[in-house]
Amino acid sequence: MTTTITETPTASPRQRRLPRLNPPLTAGLAMLVILLAAVLLGPLFSPYDPLKVDFAEALRPPGAVHWFGTDNLGRDVLTRVLAAGLVDLQIATVCVVLPFLIGSTVGAVAGYFGGLTDRILMRIVDILWAFPFYVLVIAIVGTLGPSTGNMYLAFTLVVWISFARIVRGEVLSVRQSEYVMAARLLGYSHLRIILRHVLPNAITPAIVYAMADVVLTILAVTALSFLGLGVQPPTPEWGVMIADGRNFIFDAWWISTFPGFAIIYTGIAFTLLGDGLDDLLRPKG
Amino acid sequence: MIVLRFVLLRLIQMIPALIGITIVAFLLLRVLPGDPASLLIGARGSTEEVEALRHQLGLDAPLWQQYLTFLGDMANGSFGQSITQRRPVATVVLERLPPTLVLIAYSTVLAIILTVPLAMLAAVRRNSWIDFAIKAVFVVAMSMPPFWLGVLLILLFGLKFPIFPVSGYGEGVFGHLWHLFLPAFVIALGTAALTIRSLRSSIIAVRTADFIDTARAKGLPENAVLRRHVLRNSLISTISVLSVHTSWIIGGTVVIEAVFALPGVGDLLVTSIFTRDYPVVQGLTVTFAALVMLISLITDVAYAAVDPRIRLE
Repeated sequence: MTTTITETPTASPRQRRLPRLNPPLTAGLAMLVILLAAVLLGPLFSPYDPLKVDFAEALRPPGAVHWFGTDNLGRDVLTRVLAAGLVDLQIATVCVVLPFLIGSTVGAVAGYFGGLTDRILMRIVDILWAFPFYVLVIAIVGTLGPSTGNMYLAFTLVVWISFARIVRGEVLSVRQSEYVMAARLLGYSHLRIILRHVLPNAITPAIVYAMADVVLTILAVTALSFLGLGVQPPTPEWGVMIADGRNFIFDAWWISTFPGFAIIYTGIAFTLLGDGLDDLLRPKG
Repeated sequence: MIVLRFVLLRLIQMIPALIGITIVAFLLLRVLPGDPASLLIGARGSTEEVEALRHQLGLDAPLWQQYLTFLGDMANGSFGQSITQRRPVATVVLERLPPTLVLIAYSTVLAIILTVPLAMLAAVRRNSWIDFAIKAVFVVAMSMPPFWLGVLLILLFGLKFPIFPVSGYGEGVFGHLWHLFLPAFVIALGTAALTIRSLRSSIIAVRTADFIDTARAKGLPENAVLRRHVLRNSLISTISVLSVHTSWIIGGTVVIEAVFALPGVGDLLVTSIFTRDYPVVQGLTVTFAALVMLISLITDVAYAAVDPRIRLE
């Protein structure tokens, strides 16, 4: 295939208007910035302490004083929702980044070297794949005892297989490319080829998947905490708050309702971010 | 006959994976830091008590010996002995299996009932406000915590509109269907969020295929074209989406059963974790993984039944 290099004709102003507007990415980023600002700054401006018990103020409905009402222990629900956001976002970040790093490494090694290494690693992936995600995570956290650290371990042990599969598939196709061949002929080390030539061209789908995985992880972390297997009360956490409010659901709907909205908001933000990144990094056609 | 051969072959192929599954389920309780015996007794137990319990549970034997015992327990069909119930694990698990199986089947049917008309509408009215609205609703549904929706539905139907029961399993087929409606609906919503997206895009793709033009050209009304030709050919991809997410759907029942107090295996898993009934946890991990494999086998057969181009081999 020959390509003729021609001087770009003077671009019309219409063409020069670069970065094409990417509505999902813009909306997702905006939602994320608002969320981060709220969970980082909100508690500083709130006149309430997310942990301070005040029975005189218990079960107040949403109003001018307590915008989201108060819970059964008189704690301000809005302040707790914001403080919980910080906790959940931190946990979710670790629970996505660790499996991402480990899974991508395994996938890259399996795909690049192939052969027996690949077969053994992928067998392990296939076996772990048969276990329902929730069952395995619950069994691991349940065995180790509920704590944030054990949640990190459980998610890492379970989720890395998704990233390994994605990256391996990509690496398999990149491995045959001319630039990887060229790098090999130049005598570069495997490590250098993987890091500098293979991974940069194979990691995009994993990054896009990571955004979807944040949504799933937040749902799972809050679900575990809801069941009593994750973050422990009185630490503010969305799942814990929903579980707390469940006992008062008929009298005080607001305790459980608002943390749920926060989860949905976060989920939408990351879904949009994932869609936008997909458009940006993998232009179709 | 071919179907039977295919199923048999697949069952044989599953054996190595099943062995792998038993190894993982076995190692889960033994290699991870933390000792079941000392957790079971608690901080107040003496070292001798812990040692005695370790011996009773067989945890002091070498690892390979423990694994053989575990395999032996599976081979004789008991899967070991439940610590809290003092009955074989298999009996305890089998008792709790029916509600979960009904819930999985029920929610899948509801998900299909939701998916087909909405995806068709979204595809036919592509890029209209209705397409956008359907998409928006299901982006929200995908981010919605099922347990939270469950709690809100309990508030709504438990207090305001007591049409559906908010807990328990009920008696008889209609009792089950009536009691399980809300939990099945919550799971179906999450499933539909995945399937509507894929069915919509495959309907859009199929509608431009040549054979659809042929169907139109022979004078078939548009509705019949959609129903008979487009939908049938688009459903294939949806079945594969369902099969990929089988394990996610099955896992989702665990949390939902806990919310709606359903006596299924998911609820059993959570209570066994809290009572530290490790043999039951172990048995359940194997059961769940076997269930995933079984259901993916069923979807493969269904796949071939819908698509004559796929041969069972």
